[in-house]
This record gives sequence, C-alpha cells and structure tokens, in this order.
Amino acid sequence: MLTCKQFLSELSDYLDEKTSAELHSKLQRHITECPNCWVICDTTKKTIQVYKGMESCKIPEDVHSRLMAAVERKIAACKKPQ
Amino acid sequence: MAIDTTPAPPTEAPSDELDLVARAKAGDGAAFSVLINRYEGKIFRLAMNITQNREDAEDVLQEAFFKAYEHLGQFQGNSKFYTWIVRIAVNQALMKLRKRKSDRTISLDEQIDTGEDMVVREVAAWDPDPEERYSRDEMNGILTEAIDGLLPIYRTVFTLRDVDGLSTEETAEALELTVPAVKSRLLRARLQLRDKLTRFFKRKGDDAFAYM
Repeated sequence: MLTCKQFLSELSDYLDEKTSAELHSKLQRHITECPNCWVICDTTKKTIQVYKGMESCKIPEDVHSRLMAAVERKIAACKKPQ
Repeated sequence: MAIDTTPAPPTEAPSDELDLVARAKAGDGAAFSVLINRYEGKIFRLAMNITQNREDAEDVLQEAFFKAYEHLGQFQGNSKFYTWIVRIAVNQALMKLRKRKSDRTISLDEQIDTGEDMVVREVAAWDPDPEERYSRDEMNGILTEAIDGLLPIYRTVFTLRDVDGLSTEETAEALELTVPAVKSRLLRARLQLRDKLTRFFKRKGDDAFAYM
C-alpha cells in the first residue's frame, strides 16, 4: 500500500486524471483505506472548484482607460511614416 | 450553489483569435483593442501577483501590450495569444522587480521553500455547500486573501493553471519553467490553499483529525 506521503505527492495528477491506470487504482485504494487522505483529496478537489467559479477579474476603470489611451498613441505612432 | 466536481474541458482559444491577430498585424487597431479587452484583466492580475504593487502592475500591463503590438509579426499562432502575452508580461514584471532590487537577479522561484510548504495542517471535512455560508463578496474576499498569502511563484502557477484554465504545458511555456517544476509548484499551491480555506469551510463541530 502507498504511504500517505506518496499519495500526497501524486495528488495533483490524480485529481487531474493524469496518472496511469495502475497508479490510479493504487491511489484510489489508498483513499478508501485512509480517511485523512480521503479528506485531503476531497477538500483539495473542492478548493480547485471554488477557484474555478471565482468571479472573473475586473480591471479598475482608470487603469483600463489609461491603457487604451496609451495603446492608441502607440498605434498612431507606429502608423506614422518614418 | 453546489460545488461542481466534473473535470474542466480542455482549454481552447476563442475561434476568432487567429483572425483578430491577423487583422491586428495588418494594422487594424480595433482588432487589437478586442484582444486587449479580452485579456487586460487577467494580465493586470498576473502583474499584481508578481510585482505586488499597483503602479508597477499598471506599467507592466501597458508595456506588455506595447511589446505584443510591436512583435505581433513574431506570433506564430502555435500557442494561444494569451499564453504568448503572459510570457511577455512575466518578463516585463521580472524586469520591474530587478530594477527595484538592482543588485540581484530575480526569478519567480527565488523564495521557494521546499520543506514546510507540503505540510498539511488542517484535516477536516468541509460543509457540503460552503458557499452558502458566505455572501458572494465575503466568498471573493476569502478566496483572494488565501491566494494573496501564497508566494508569488505558487500564486502565479495556480492562477494560470487552475483559475485561467491553461494546461500544465501552457503554464510551463508561459512561465519558462519545466513541466515537472509547474506540477510541483501547483501541488504545493493547491495544498496550501486547501489548508487556508479549511479554516473557513470546515464542517461546524469538526476538529482536525476528526476522522482518525
């Protein structure tokens, strides 16, 4: 049986479904037998999910306006014949 | 809202992206503006994550889009435009940090801690629906504070990979890290965030090691 440390080191790949079938079943067996690792696995999966649902980042309006103005000037300068 | 645990679909660039880039390359400023509007929020957040300074982050944002515009001809379309501009923005942000501390070479990995950061401190099951305990604003506050508490490299890898939805390979390409380096930083970031969030979301009445 895998140790908890070995389980933890494979946790990301397990959650991303990137492990081989053989390793996957070993990891699965570990969490059915180890309640702590089951909790860690379940709450890590939920951590990823709550961040996926996080509101998209809005840029502050003033930062957006200055960026658009600066890029417009840049594009105009690039278009000017040298 | 229940937590959806289905795996995320593979990431794909919006189908109009190559067309927008082609038009921008041909001098169509409006097409370039569409690309800016699509990614400016994410690039600003990335720049804030690395520089941790609003003024520097704004400079990085502007410089990244300037550089992208100047070098559009070099964008081959083999990767997503977002991955490409992230790479430019990361380089600009690191240059900012180097200017701030002029005597040192700075990389995103400089403060990495390889021991303590894999420690799992809190083991407790969560509420089945933790999001119902908090308002939307409170929830965003909790998530932001937790992520802000990570080292910049962990924060950056986690944001690109798990929030923005880039693949491990795309994240590695954008940050100029190896795939194993991305994986190890992602694991540490996920475990640290899990630890921080458990303090807010654990089932009431549960204590650490309640399952032993």
